Amino acid sequence: MNVLFGSPALHALVLGVGIVSALLGVTSYFIWFERKFAGRMQSRIGPKHVGPYGLLQPIADAFKLLIKADITPDTADRALFNLAPLLAVCVALLSLAVLPLASGLVIADLDVGVLFFLAAGALTVVPTWMAGWGSNNKYALLGGMRAIAQSVAYGVPLVLAALVPVILSGSMKLSDIVAAQAGGHWFALWPPGPGLGAGVLFVLASLAEGNRIPFDIPEAESELVSGISTEYTGMKFGMFYLGEYVHSLVVAALFVTLFLGGYDGPGPDVLALQLLWFVLKVSLVSVLLLWVRWSYVRLRSDQLMTLCWKYLLPSGLLLVAASAVWVWWTEQGGSR
Amino acid sequence: MAMSAHATAHTSQAKAAELPRVPTPAIGPRANPYLDADSFEGEGDLMVLNMGPQHPSTHGVLRLKLWLDGEVVIKAVPYLGYLHRGVEKLLEKLSYVQSTPIVDKNDYVASMTNELALVMAFEKLEGCEVPRRARYLRTICAEMQRVASHLLWLGTFALDMGGALGGGTTAFMYCLRERERILDLFEELTGARFHYHMMQIGGVRHDLPVGWDVHMKQVAADIRARIPEYESMLSANPIFRSRTKGIGRIDARLAMELGLSGPNLRACGVDFDLRRSQPYAAYDEIEVHSALAYEGDVYARYQVRVAEMYESLRIATALVDGVPAGPIMGRKPIETVNAVKPPAGEAYVAIDSPRGELGCWVVSDGSPRPYRCKLRPPSYHALAALPYLLPGTTIPDVVVILGSLDPIMGEADR
Repeated sequence: MNVLFGSPALHALVLGVGIVSALLGVTSYFIWFERKFAGRMQSRIGPKHVGPYGLLQPIADAFKLLIKADITPDTADRALFNLAPLLAVCVALLSLAVLPLASGLVIADLDVGVLFFLAAGALTVVPTWMAGWGSNNKYALLGGMRAIAQSVAYGVPLVLAALVPVILSGSMKLSDIVAAQAGGHWFALWPPGPGLGAGVLFVLASLAEGNRIPFDIPEAESELVSGISTEYTGMKFGMFYLGEYVHSLVVAALFVTLFLGGYDGPGPDVLALQLLWFVLKVSLVSVLLLWVRWSYVRLRSDQLMTLCWKYLLPSGLLLVAASAVWVWWTEQGGSR
Repeated sequence: MAMSAHATAHTSQAKAAELPRVPTPAIGPRANPYLDADSFEGEGDLMVLNMGPQHPSTHGVLRLKLWLDGEVVIKAVPYLGYLHRGVEKLLEKLSYVQSTPIVDKNDYVASMTNELALVMAFEKLEGCEVPRRARYLRTICAEMQRVASHLLWLGTFALDMGGALGGGTTAFMYCLRERERILDLFEELTGARFHYHMMQIGGVRHDLPVGWDVHMKQVAADIRARIPEYESMLSANPIFRSRTKGIGRIDARLAMELGLSGPNLRACGVDFDLRRSQPYAAYDEIEVHSALAYEGDVYARYQVRVAEMYESLRIATALVDGVPAGPIMGRKPIETVNAVKPPAGEAYVAIDSPRGELGCWVVSDGSPRPYRCKLRPPSYHALAALPYLLPGTTIPDVVVILGSLDPIMGEADR
C-alpha cells in the first residue's frame, strides 16, 4: 500500500481527518450552491443577504440549528432517537475511506474497496429505521418503513451496477479500477460497452438508496410531513440533512471513480492536476443530479418498487452478463 | 394534451359512449362512508392516522381520519370546521353594503367571484339593473381570477406531488410568478392584491385605469405562451402521468349525486357550465367553450383546468377590446351603510367560480340587513367525494387526489 505519512495508521489518521473536514466544508458550500442553483432554476436569486452573494449563509444556518431548542419527545426511545442522526452522518462518511482522490491519495486502499462501499451504503438504512422507529410518530414510522423497503430493493441493482466495472477491470480495488480506465478508457464513455448502461443504473439506484428526488419517498414532506425527521429539531435535524448531502456527494464521487475514470484526465500525472480533474468531474455529476432533483416530481412507493424489481434488476443482471461476455470477447482478441 | 387547448366541440354523448365505463356502485342507497366514523374497527390491525389539520398538504386545515393497513387506506373520513368563522352569521349582522369585503375572505384565492355571487344575489333581490360596461368589467375580472386561481392550483398540485425540495417547488415558483402578474393587474385596477372589494351592488367600484387593457392583453399573451412550458414540465413527464392517470376516478353519476361542479364535474364528462346554461354578467355576449374530459381521474381534472386557463385568457382578451362606454354603476351612489334596502323576499344566484357552482341564497325582510344569507361553496361538495375516492389507495395518492379536487378550506368551512 502506498503510504504518504510514515506508518499506515498515521497515514490513515492524517488523511482521514483532512478529507472528512474538507468534505464537511465542501458539503456546506455545496448546499449553498444548490440553493443558488435552485434559485436560478426557479427564477429567483437564492440566499444573498448573509455575506457577499450569501456566502456566509451556511455558517448562519449551522449556527441557527445549534442554538435551536433540542427536543426529545417524551414517548420517543431516547437512545435510538438521539443516536440516529449521529449515525446517519457517520455512515455517509464511511465510504470516503476507500475513495482515491488522486494517485496515492486514499485513506485505505482496500483490496475489496467496492465491497466495502456497498456494505457502507447498505448501512444507511440502519439510522433511518432507528429514527423512524425511535421517534414514536406515525409519520416517522411510515417513512422508516418506506426507507427499509426502498433501500433493500435498490441495494440489489446497485450491487449489480457496481459489479460491471469490477468485471471490466478485474479488480475490486478502487485504485485498480481507476488505473484500468487510464488514458481516457472511461467505462461509461469509451469504448461504448455495458459500462454506459451500468453507469445509468448506478446513478438511479444510488439516488434511490440515498432517498433523493425523484426517489425521496421516505421523507416525502407533502405526504408524511417530514417522514423520518418529523420529530427532530435543531442540530439533530441538521445532521440528517448533512448526512443526506454527504451521501449524495460521496455517491457522485464513487460514480466518477467507477465509471468516469476517477482522477484520470489529460495532462501530466501530478497530484494537484489529478485532484483538480477529480473535483471537476464530481462537480459536474453533482450539478447534473441537482438538475434532476429540481425538475422532477416524486414517484409513488409502489411505482418505485415496480421500477426496481421489474426493470432495474433484470437490466442489471443483463449488464453483468453482457460485461462478462465483453471481457471474454476482448480477451479473445476482439477490437479494443 | 389529449384535448386541444381552445376548442372543445360538444360531442360529449358520442365520445362518452366510446369510453370504457367506469366501474360504478349500483344506483340506489349507497353504503354511507360517514356512518361509522367513530366506531369503525375494520379487519386486522389498522393504524388510525389523523392527517391534518396541521399538515403540509391538506390545503389549509382539513383533517382526514385515515384507517391504514400498512400504507393502504381502508377508510377515510374528512372532518371539516377548523376554519369556521361564522361568515353566514356575520352576513346577517352586517348590512348589504358591508357584506362584500367579508366574502372576499371566503375563497381567498378567488375573491372576485365570491363578491360577484353575493352582489348578484343582492341585485336580484333588489331588482337593480347593472350597466353593460360594469358587466363587462365583472366578466373580465372573473375570468382573470379563474386563471390566477388555476395557476395557484397547478403550483400547489405540483408541490403535493414533488415535495418542498424538488421539482414540485420549481413548478410552484413558475406558476406563482405568472399569478403575480395577474395580482399586479388587479392591484392596478382596485388597489388591492387579494381582497379586492371590486364588485358593488349595482355595478363595480373601479373603472379601468388608462392603459389597463394593454397591460392585461400583454399579461394574457405572456401567460398563454408559458402554460405550454408547465405542460412540458408536468404532463409531458412520465412520472407525473403515472401519478395522475387512473387515480381518483369519479364516475359522472357519483359526481352528480354528491353535487360536484366546475372542473371536477367537467372532468367526468358532464357538460355543466353555468356560464353557458344560465349566462350572467357578460357571458351572454361571448361564446364560452367549457373544457371537458371524460376519464374523471386526476389527470382529467388537470387537463380541464389547464384548458380552462387558455379559454379564460381568450375570453378576457376578447372582452377587454370591446368594453362598451357608459357608467359603471346602475344605481345612485351608495353613500351610507344602510343605503340598500331590498324588498322582502328571497333570491338565489349561482355562478361558475373557478372551483364550480358558487351559490348565494339571500332572504330579505325589508331591513338593510339580510335575514339569512346562505352560501353554497363548491369545495364543500368536492370534499364529500373523498370517502368514496380514498379507500384502496395509498398515502401518496391521498395527497394527490385531495389536491386534484382543489378545495379551499376558507370556502368549505365559511
